[in-house]
Amino acid sequence: MSTVTIRNLNKNYENGFHAVKDVNLEIRDKEFMVLVGPSGCGKTTTLRMVAGLEEITSGEILIGADVVNDLPPMDRNIAMVFQNYALYPHKSVYQNMAFGLQMRKYPKDEIDKRVREAADILGIQALLERKPRQLSGGQRQRVAVGRAIVRHPEVFLFDEPLSNLDAQLRVQMRVELKRLHERLETTAIYVTHDQVEAMTLGDRVVVMKDGWVQQVGEPLELYEKPANRFVAGFIGSPSMNFVDVTISDSGGALWAGAEGLRLKVPPQKVEAVRAHSGKRATLGMRPEALHLANGSDHADFSFDTAVDVVEPLGNEILINFRAGGAAMVTRVDPAVRVKAHQNIRLALDPARVHFFDEKSGAAI
Amino acid sequence: MVIERKWKKWLYFYIPMAVFILFTLFPFYWMAVTAMRPDGELYRTFRQANATPFWTLAPTLEHFKGLMQTTAFPQWLWNTMLIALVSTIISLVCGMFAGYALARLKFRGSEFLGTIIFITYLVPQTLLFIPLADIIRDMHLGNTPWALMLTYPTFLIPFCTWLLMGYFKTIPKELEECARIDGATRFGAMIRIIFPVAIPGILSAGIFAFTLSWNEFIYALIFMSSAELKTVPVGVVSELIRGDIFFWGQLMAGALLGSIPVAIVYSFFVEYYVTGLTGSVKG
Repeated sequence: MSTVTIRNLNKNYENGFHAVKDVNLEIRDKEFMVLVGPSGCGKTTTLRMVAGLEEITSGEILIGADVVNDLPPMDRNIAMVFQNYALYPHKSVYQNMAFGLQMRKYPKDEIDKRVREAADILGIQALLERKPRQLSGGQRQRVAVGRAIVRHPEVFLFDEPLSNLDAQLRVQMRVELKRLHERLETTAIYVTHDQVEAMTLGDRVVVMKDGWVQQVGEPLELYEKPANRFVAGFIGSPSMNFVDVTISDSGGALWAGAEGLRLKVPPQKVEAVRAHSGKRATLGMRPEALHLANGSDHADFSFDTAVDVVEPLGNEILINFRAGGAAMVTRVDPAVRVKAHQNIRLALDPARVHFFDEKSGAAI
Repeated sequence: MVIERKWKKWLYFYIPMAVFILFTLFPFYWMAVTAMRPDGELYRTFRQANATPFWTLAPTLEHFKGLMQTTAFPQWLWNTMLIALVSTIISLVCGMFAGYALARLKFRGSEFLGTIIFITYLVPQTLLFIPLADIIRDMHLGNTPWALMLTYPTFLIPFCTWLLMGYFKTIPKELEECARIDGATRFGAMIRIIFPVAIPGILSAGIFAFTLSWNEFIYALIFMSSAELKTVPVGVVSELIRGDIFFWGQLMAGALLGSIPVAIVYSFFVEYYVTGLTGSVKG
């Protein structure tokens, strides 16, 4: 049971690289917090500083009420699962899981009880006597998780634990991790570059880029109300469509226009967008916010285009097209029959339009 | 899969390999044959009708007997073994710690230090023995086994350090990070996790160090003067070549017996030794 508080955390490497910039986070007790971002965004460095594997340049990290800045990893009461599993190759699965408890001088029967309990939870009872090299990727991952849970730590740290697994296994382990967290109710910090993992696992998600925290929020909050263009483009697959538009005021209404595209600014955005009247901005539309137009769609929110490429995925069809000088994609019902180069008319759900400042990328 | 013609495999693989094996093993065969050849055959010239240079018709253990009885060979063998073992152990222990430090600890000048250590290894012994002789004399170690046990590490430690540094670098650093989170100190993680995982590398460094000290000649020649303190390479050469007379049979018998321990050591650890040099650690 524990919180993790990160205050003004910075990391400067000796070569001058500023990896983590003024990070502030409040991770609640029992919360599953995911740090997500492209490689080099500082998420792993942040995690390693929480673990005590990386020196802190400035700022503070608290676990519970204690500042742990200067505590060695062994005294932080944390457990970490690494991307490459980091199982001790010369020890059996049992010894791998028991090592942390032995180092802390637990009595033998207590160690045995905890190891078997963890093996039970993870379904690896039959593997206890094997060596890591005799295990498959998924089994190694389970052992690595088992090694973390036997210690009953205050905080779990996960560093891209699923990226070495194949796609199918990754989905399966993702569900298992979620179930495990619900069962153990331990605070967890999870680092990944995969936004799907972040969205499915996290109680809350931190999006990072270039060392800065971009946004912290619940998964759907990030999806529906991205704080800036980066978050909007990073979360969601296929990612949000962006088109550079000029905002103009005509006949009392605001219009977003680009080459061959003219859409009315929906009423709930008018107030915010008005300040940008006469200037350029970025218009963002999720693929599912667009659909093939029918008679009931308003002309102000519709536009004509031609299909570029069709990607039938079975449960849905992705239609690639160009509009306003940008490549875009929309997600439609699989019953729809469209062919490449066919002319179509698309309509936009006015409630799901995003505008971003052209320069700063901040949401308007 | 491509099915190759058989003759191609012979031409490009078996025949070159046979030539290579012949080339490598012939000196050993020659050594063995000479050691077992009676003196009468040894000094017979090639031109004589009954010359059999590549085999012997009357194998004898005469030279081995002579070696054991007329020289201090068993004593040399013992000296060599002891000196090689002690200097190997000293060098391995130093090399393990130094190699780990250079591979893992980031401190100012660590790379420079690594390079310097390697350069030390490259300084030829033929130069180094002069100052070393001075030191040995000043410390009154001359003509004692310690003279060699302590001078061999001068070239063995750089060697072990360098080899082990390379091996430690192949071990994922997450292993010891994980151990440190699990409750080990840095030193504890090194002893409990890194060293056991590095056993193949440590063994191959040990084998190499052992072989190098076993075969060492110059220091052994210079620092040891009493016949009963000599090592095999020096003893065989200095006692069995008298003036311009070469006791070929005994020389070769000594060389043969002297190389057997090394061969045994190698064959025991050959698997470790290969993985040690190629450095593969799989989780």
